[in-house]
Amino acid sequence: MTAQAPVARLDDVTLRYGRQCALDAVTLDIPAGRMVGLIGPDGVGKSSLLALIAGARALQQGRVEVFGGDMGRARHRHAVGPRIAYMPQGLGRNLYPTLSIFENIDFFGRLFGHGRAQREARIAALLDSTGLAPFAGRPAGKLSGGMKQKLGLCCALIHDPDLLILDEPTTGVDPLSRRHFWELIARIRAGRPQMSVVVATAYMEEAERFDWLVAMDAGRVLASGTPSDLRARTGAASLEAAFIALLPEAKRRAHRPVEIPPRAPDADGEVAIEARDLTMRFGDFVAVDKVSFRIGRGEIFGFLGSNGCGKTTTMKVLTGLLTASEGEARLFGQPVDGDGIGVRRRVGYMSQGFSLYSELTVRQNLELHARLFQVPEAGIAARIAEMTQRFDLADVLDVLPDNLPLGRRQRLSLAVAMIHRPEMLILDEPTSGVDPVARDSFWRMLVELARRDKVTIFISTHFMNEAERCDRISLMHAGRVLVSDTPAAITAAHGVETLEDAFVDCLMEAGAGAAETAPDAVPAAAQETMPEAAPVTAPGRTSFRRFFDPRRMFSYTRRETLELRRDPVRATLALIGSVVLLFVIGYGINFDVEDMTFAVLDRDRTTTSRDYVLNISGSRYFTERPAIVDYDDLDRRMRAGELSLALEIPPGFARDIARGRHVEIGAWIDGAMPTRAETVQGYVQGMHLHWLQMQAAKAGLAPAALVDIETRFRYNPDVKSLVAMVPGVIPLLLMLIPSMLAALSVVREKELGSIVNLYVTPVTRLEFLIGKQLPYVALAMLNFLLLVLFAVFFFEVPLTGSILTLTAATLIYVFSATAMGLLISAAMRSQIAAIFGTAILTILPAAQFSGLTDPVSSLEGMGALIGQIYPTTHYLTISRGTFSKALGFADLQAAFVPLLIAVPVLIAASVVLLKKQER
Amino acid sequence: MRLSNILHLGVKELRSLGRDPVMLGLIVYAFTLAIYAAATALPEALHKASIAIVDEDRSPLSARIADAFYPPYFISPVVIDHAEMDARMDAGLDTFALNIPPHFQRDVLAGRAPVIQLNVDATRMTQAFADSGYIQSIVAGEVAGFAARYRAETELPVELALRARFNPGLDKSWFGSVMEVINNVTLLAIVLTGAALIREREHGTIEHLLAMPVTPFEIMTAKLWAMALVVAVACGLSLIFVVQGLLAVPIEGSVALFLAGTLFHLFAATSMGIFLATVARSMPQFGLLIILVLVPLEMLSGGMTPRESMPDMIRTLMLVAPNTHFVMLAQAILYRGAGFSVVWPQFLALALIGTVLFAAALARFRSTISSMA
Repeated sequence: MTAQAPVARLDDVTLRYGRQCALDAVTLDIPAGRMVGLIGPDGVGKSSLLALIAGARALQQGRVEVFGGDMGRARHRHAVGPRIAYMPQGLGRNLYPTLSIFENIDFFGRLFGHGRAQREARIAALLDSTGLAPFAGRPAGKLSGGMKQKLGLCCALIHDPDLLILDEPTTGVDPLSRRHFWELIARIRAGRPQMSVVVATAYMEEAERFDWLVAMDAGRVLASGTPSDLRARTGAASLEAAFIALLPEAKRRAHRPVEIPPRAPDADGEVAIEARDLTMRFGDFVAVDKVSFRIGRGEIFGFLGSNGCGKTTTMKVLTGLLTASEGEARLFGQPVDGDGIGVRRRVGYMSQGFSLYSELTVRQNLELHARLFQVPEAGIAARIAEMTQRFDLADVLDVLPDNLPLGRRQRLSLAVAMIHRPEMLILDEPTSGVDPVARDSFWRMLVELARRDKVTIFISTHFMNEAERCDRISLMHAGRVLVSDTPAAITAAHGVETLEDAFVDCLMEAGAGAAETAPDAVPAAAQETMPEAAPVTAPGRTSFRRFFDPRRMFSYTRRETLELRRDPVRATLALIGSVVLLFVIGYGINFDVEDMTFAVLDRDRTTTSRDYVLNISGSRYFTERPAIVDYDDLDRRMRAGELSLALEIPPGFARDIARGRHVEIGAWIDGAMPTRAETVQGYVQGMHLHWLQMQAAKAGLAPAALVDIETRFRYNPDVKSLVAMVPGVIPLLLMLIPSMLAALSVVREKELGSIVNLYVTPVTRLEFLIGKQLPYVALAMLNFLLLVLFAVFFFEVPLTGSILTLTAATLIYVFSATAMGLLISAAMRSQIAAIFGTAILTILPAAQFSGLTDPVSSLEGMGALIGQIYPTTHYLTISRGTFSKALGFADLQAAFVPLLIAVPVLIAASVVLLKKQER
Repeated sequence: MRLSNILHLGVKELRSLGRDPVMLGLIVYAFTLAIYAAATALPEALHKASIAIVDEDRSPLSARIADAFYPPYFISPVVIDHAEMDARMDAGLDTFALNIPPHFQRDVLAGRAPVIQLNVDATRMTQAFADSGYIQSIVAGEVAGFAARYRAETELPVELALRARFNPGLDKSWFGSVMEVINNVTLLAIVLTGAALIREREHGTIEHLLAMPVTPFEIMTAKLWAMALVVAVACGLSLIFVVQGLLAVPIEGSVALFLAGTLFHLFAATSMGIFLATVARSMPQFGLLIILVLVPLEMLSGGMTPRESMPDMIRTLMLVAPNTHFVMLAQAILYRGAGFSVVWPQFLALALIGTVLFAAALARFRSTISSMA
């Protein structure tokens, strides 16, 4: 093993986020075939280092070699990608919550190009060895933290990696699940001794069991070696102490062990929190089952239990976020209810996970909370100064929280929860993912608050050494409190050495072991099957097609389809919504304008003038309103929009006509809406001419008509708006809806974190994009079918041309529409921007520049330019050609060309904008 | 309810928006280039209509008729034969084809009123219906002018003096620009508030807020005022610099009154955004809802085609939409120079619709929170 070349070599690697330096000239060799641990406080660059080794993050400076090749080169990354597995930080961050356990693993198996039989065998083996087999059909989003991490491990192990990178895999996982997780890793390593494992962890007792450790601080490597090496070098008894000894002088001085002064015996008098038979049900699921406890003022009360056991729900009930189904909760003697604003002012709540505003700086977050809790304006600056000093945030006041390491973010959360000097703190796993030094300083603050300021602290945690610091603890499992006492009493009652053992005992008694973890009999079988499957993958690797592998692409297609099927509302909304829109727009937009209002200022009042007015009011186009009295009246009524047309017949109208003198009738049209004004203009002119002809005929003059103009409306002889509109609305809808569906697909993965799978698996950008596009194309084709059926059978718009041509054009068109969505999605960072961008980049061009109402040939300027290249224009020509003009492919082939160009151009642009590595 | 909470939460919304440069870029685009493109693209009354002429007469009169169709109203007519006509219309090259029969001039002069055929591509919506009338009158005018040289005056001397008020040239860019502003005001108001709420829900920050002494009413009102402010400012600037400045659209009425109306509309539109966000369970669903709601709002509010031309059912139905009233109000104030005495019913309608939407959104907001696990 000693002769082996290092699995990864870092040479002078520096990484910066803006001005912040995450890694500072790190040079490090990581030995192969070992279990290597990265230890150190948060934000010292552990995660960045792992992401660089995995190839998930782009290299800035220096050189990273993995398996003997340069990770800065895309070709090498692609070549070694299948040999690396990377599990990012955060519970199940790279998993898909709506997909089941089996489907998640299956997705990764397909990404690595495994055949069906191989996949099934391997998934079965993995599920067996992790004990997840009985839950294979459960969606990943509904798993407990421990199960999520096991699933993440299964997904990482599906392709038999030679290098397994785990970024804080056990953070936020209860002790029992944690124990099972490491047992699982040990078994896997026993089966595959050549595999190297690199783990970042915040648990020193875990690190103690690793082969080789790298201690890091402030972007630098402090020391590396075996745990005993490190202990020997510092002369410390425990690894935790050794690490602290390795820290630079200044930081070491800041660290003091946590000392907990005993509680004053008189403190029990006042009850701060009281819960009596608290029960919370969500449908059939009982999250909290008759939980009762009393917490005295100034007490530190610990809440322990496996993930999903009801701790968080209980806390939410106490804060008034949830209303209990049964039972009663009282804070300071007052019942908790949703509107109890007064009580909330006395409570500071820190929810699980980071939930502050990532768009506000540290200072702005503190200020906002201070103001919301009504800290007097004059005292805010001083209070913020005090809090930032106390929680050591002074140097990052103007930094965005996302740029802070987890530990400092948690401190910020606590500072925010403390800003209004609450009498009670409800802290939901505040120290998850926080390193030992930071955790100790955090606890010193808690102890000080409890003992000195008599703040009641209700805290949930997974750390046993933290639980031991509490005055009393409750163990919770499956919604019920198993035991509630002082830590020492609980340990004694179980007759074991440590609280952790007592905890595990308790859980076993309650039957937790059987439900979620592997039965002891399974590992043996698993060990046999795992290596068996390994050689099957080996030849697969070499045959990986470099740029485009349909199997990888279909893996994304399958996943996206499953997600779409799990959210039937979305697909239904798309299908039904489009039909409703076709109906509403098809009927609503109409170019036959009728019943327009007009009024007359008749200064003649003769039969002739009345005859003229009758000629207009008698038509179906106009309805007459009360006569106009004078010019003021005319002005007022036109301004109010009451009249579309006003006529003035001059005095002596009839007389002058009779004498053959020149007469002028005044007509004012409301020009506020030009389209309507034009229509009115046309009607009035026509009626005027008609009247003149009648008058001429009456007077016995020669026939007025010199020419008979016969207008034939082709393709739509009855001039039905519906017949003209429906073939135009279908292209509009098939642009707007598929593009919006596709637009969120990529950006959503960016926002929720699963985009990391694109970074670290062999899938290429093209496979990723087209794979995601296909389900939406299929949905859009279904949509098309539905719209055509409605058009033909419901609206009775005949489809006179070639159906085949229309279908073929539709297929290309919806490819371009979804590609447009993907392009926007690849370019944007947030879902909001993607929605807004898609709306403004599709509605305006498709509705106004593509010839739906005005032909593109008559448009001007930018609009004309956009119209000429926009896919909707050309599809509209095909849609109208096939629907109304009885045309086939031969007549319409010219319109296919721009569509066929649009698709690859849009997809290529999306590929360019999408990054294969995080930057 | 505390005003200071509403103020500070609103400031938070503004700060969040300020951190999203892409979003800011899109907003700027929506209120400058998009307005400009939409306004200048719209053809005027008769503009670049494509016409082909099948001249089977080849007389001075038929030549005279062909010459009457000149740019910019028409794309210079192409003279084709009968066989070409169908193919060209099928391919959508010509909107109109005028067929002048043999012996046309002779028949006109003989007073036999010959038939001239105008073929119109009826799929070309606006142009087909509006411009065929113009073509008819042009042909009639040319024939009359030609005949007048040979025949006595037969017409009655009654002239119709047509004038379009508020927009004498019937310049569509006047209308198009303001309508696009209105469309983008609605779009932005709904997206900003709705999506911001869903994002807070997806990131868990809304729950964090609710554990503080802040009521749902305050959270909602804060979002409303902050986003309405952004949109109102963007709208005002766009009106002054893009519509009045760049596009040189004369605005007859009071911009201040219009902006006041915009605020009423924004109250309704932002409330609608929140309401939709409480209906949608995820961002993808919200995106889809937006399209389903916005398209009818934009197309049927009277901004694209006149309300008079819609069936009664849809016309009545659309009275529930704030856009309809906002379009009416905008037309009245900006073009007709109407004052508050004229447009108060629209203000009232917007206030009513806004209140109902606000109440509905608040009720749903409260209930979705309590059902949040």
